[in-house]
Amino acid sequence: MTGSDTITEAIIETVALTKRYPGMDVPAVDQLNLSVQRGEIFGLLGPNGAGKTTTAGMLTTRVLPSGGSAIVAGIDVVANPTLAKQLIGVVSQQNTLDRQLTVWENLYFHGRLFGISKAESRQTATDLLDRFQLARWANASVYALSGGMAQRLMVARAIFHRPAVLFLDEPTAGLDPQSRLALWELMGELNAQGQTIVLTTHYMEEAEQLCDRVAIIDHGHLLTIGTPEELTRSIRADTVVTVRSSGDPTALLAAIEASIGPVERSRTTDGALEIYVAGVDRLVPRIVEAVDVAGLEIADLQVTVPTLESVFIALTGKELRDE
Amino acid sequence: MTTLEPIAIHPTRSVSASSMAALRALIARDLLVVKKSFGEFVARTVVQPFLLCFVFLFVFPKIGQSIGGGTSASAQSSFATILVPAVVGLSILFQGVQSVALQMSQEFGFTREIEDRVQAPCPIWLVAMARVFSGAAQGLISAIIVLPIASVIHAPGVQAHFSFHWVIIVTLVPLASITMASLGLVLGTTFEPRNIGLMFGFIILPVTFLGGTYYLWESLAPITIQGVPWLQILVLINPLIYVNEGMRAAFTMAPHMHLYVVYPVLLAFMAGFLALGLRNFKRRVVS
Repeated sequence: MTGSDTITEAIIETVALTKRYPGMDVPAVDQLNLSVQRGEIFGLLGPNGAGKTTTAGMLTTRVLPSGGSAIVAGIDVVANPTLAKQLIGVVSQQNTLDRQLTVWENLYFHGRLFGISKAESRQTATDLLDRFQLARWANASVYALSGGMAQRLMVARAIFHRPAVLFLDEPTAGLDPQSRLALWELMGELNAQGQTIVLTTHYMEEAEQLCDRVAIIDHGHLLTIGTPEELTRSIRADTVVTVRSSGDPTALLAAIEASIGPVERSRTTDGALEIYVAGVDRLVPRIVEAVDVAGLEIADLQVTVPTLESVFIALTGKELRDE
Repeated sequence: MTTLEPIAIHPTRSVSASSMAALRALIARDLLVVKKSFGEFVARTVVQPFLLCFVFLFVFPKIGQSIGGGTSASAQSSFATILVPAVVGLSILFQGVQSVALQMSQEFGFTREIEDRVQAPCPIWLVAMARVFSGAAQGLISAIIVLPIASVIHAPGVQAHFSFHWVIIVTLVPLASITMASLGLVLGTTFEPRNIGLMFGFIILPVTFLGGTYYLWESLAPITIQGVPWLQILVLINPLIYVNEGMRAAFTMAPHMHLYVVYPVLLAFMAGFLALGLRNFKRRVVS
């Protein structure tokens, strides 16, 4: 870490970060090298059990690494967890609000916990409730909040002490679509004000919409890292076509390749053929024709652009939601 | 939209400064919760002492039931002298269980509140210590509430004879409170919320009934097998024995275990419970 305060300064740096839980054959996180830049929204994307939460746990001092190092805002989180905790804000998957305090008190005591004076904690608690549209719940019990409001309050609490990095673990899991959108918007606003955000997610739309850069993780390994655009470009296909026909997918693929040439990649999913193609003109008519010539009948045909899901499939051969 | 403080990029406070601030805030939060529900706190604190004194010191003498080896007012008064200080000891135990064990078991099990509290900028063990301190403070408060209540509920003439030994009171009551809060930490980090019934059945009840609340430790001597006072020896593993014997030393002239046994043994229990409780706590929040 250098001390320079340029905007491209790495705020998180891990080197060969590894976690091996006792009694497990394979490490949950294996030799992970990550670098998160100051000011970006960084996504750890992967299926459940990929090691995302363990990685976030190590960066937030809750999981002790078995090897490697993790530096957050210049602080070694293993050697100096107490200093590191001054600089991070954490929103966990579950609702961890203090049930015996009111909505306002939840914020106020967070400020006190981080050594902020009584007067300033009072003021900031009130300001944050305004800003997060929770002011009219100030004196309510946290039991009165809906899932989306509780999540907003947890975000407000986590940024109360102005952390260098805000960690969100599966922030929108279990939220209704409206609350999810509201939370994405909120994260965008915070980021626009300079907040560095690290989030773990298994929703590829979330990573795609929200993140400046994404690290795709599976079985504890870093598969690839880059902007969503870079990653989708990396699979060298501009179109994904899914064809379901009366015939056998292998025969179907042969018929299509006879017409449009070899495809970049293909796989069978639920009896349908999925092909990744690049730079083919008049793609759909040609496919329809090829299938017809082969004497097969199309039951369904979908054309989409590659997504991070396609990237994950290309890298692992399975879908994100498989696990 | 309000402008907030600039984002902190480097820690602004030393480990000790941020830990002290966090400890103060954690205890302040716990005491605010007590204050907000003080009526409930008092009710749950006094109900057991009230019932004990009501049944043993009011109902029994009224119906002529023998307690403490006789039905005479003097025999019953000496029983009252044995019982009332121990009722204070018992309420300290229950405060440790209520304010630390039950709370913590909930926070680990259902509410997951602990997940957020351990992100406070202090060592993780200090989060558990803060709860022990606030539990001990609640033990002290309950001792102060319970003693007057326990000393006024009795049939006419059945009165505990008090003799206040202030040096013992101001040292032993806090020590007992911290020890029992530490026991609460061990229980709260060991038992899942769904096993709380087991905790009461197999730990709290035996500790209570074999904790010298209704009798002096020395009076167990006649219960022997082949000349060995087995019960008297067995109950020495019970920390409540030392608390109750110490309370008798603090508040009465009743016979009691030597103080040079009570103090070191309670200190040892405290150290043992803290070591075990803090280890459990850390294991449950750091993997």
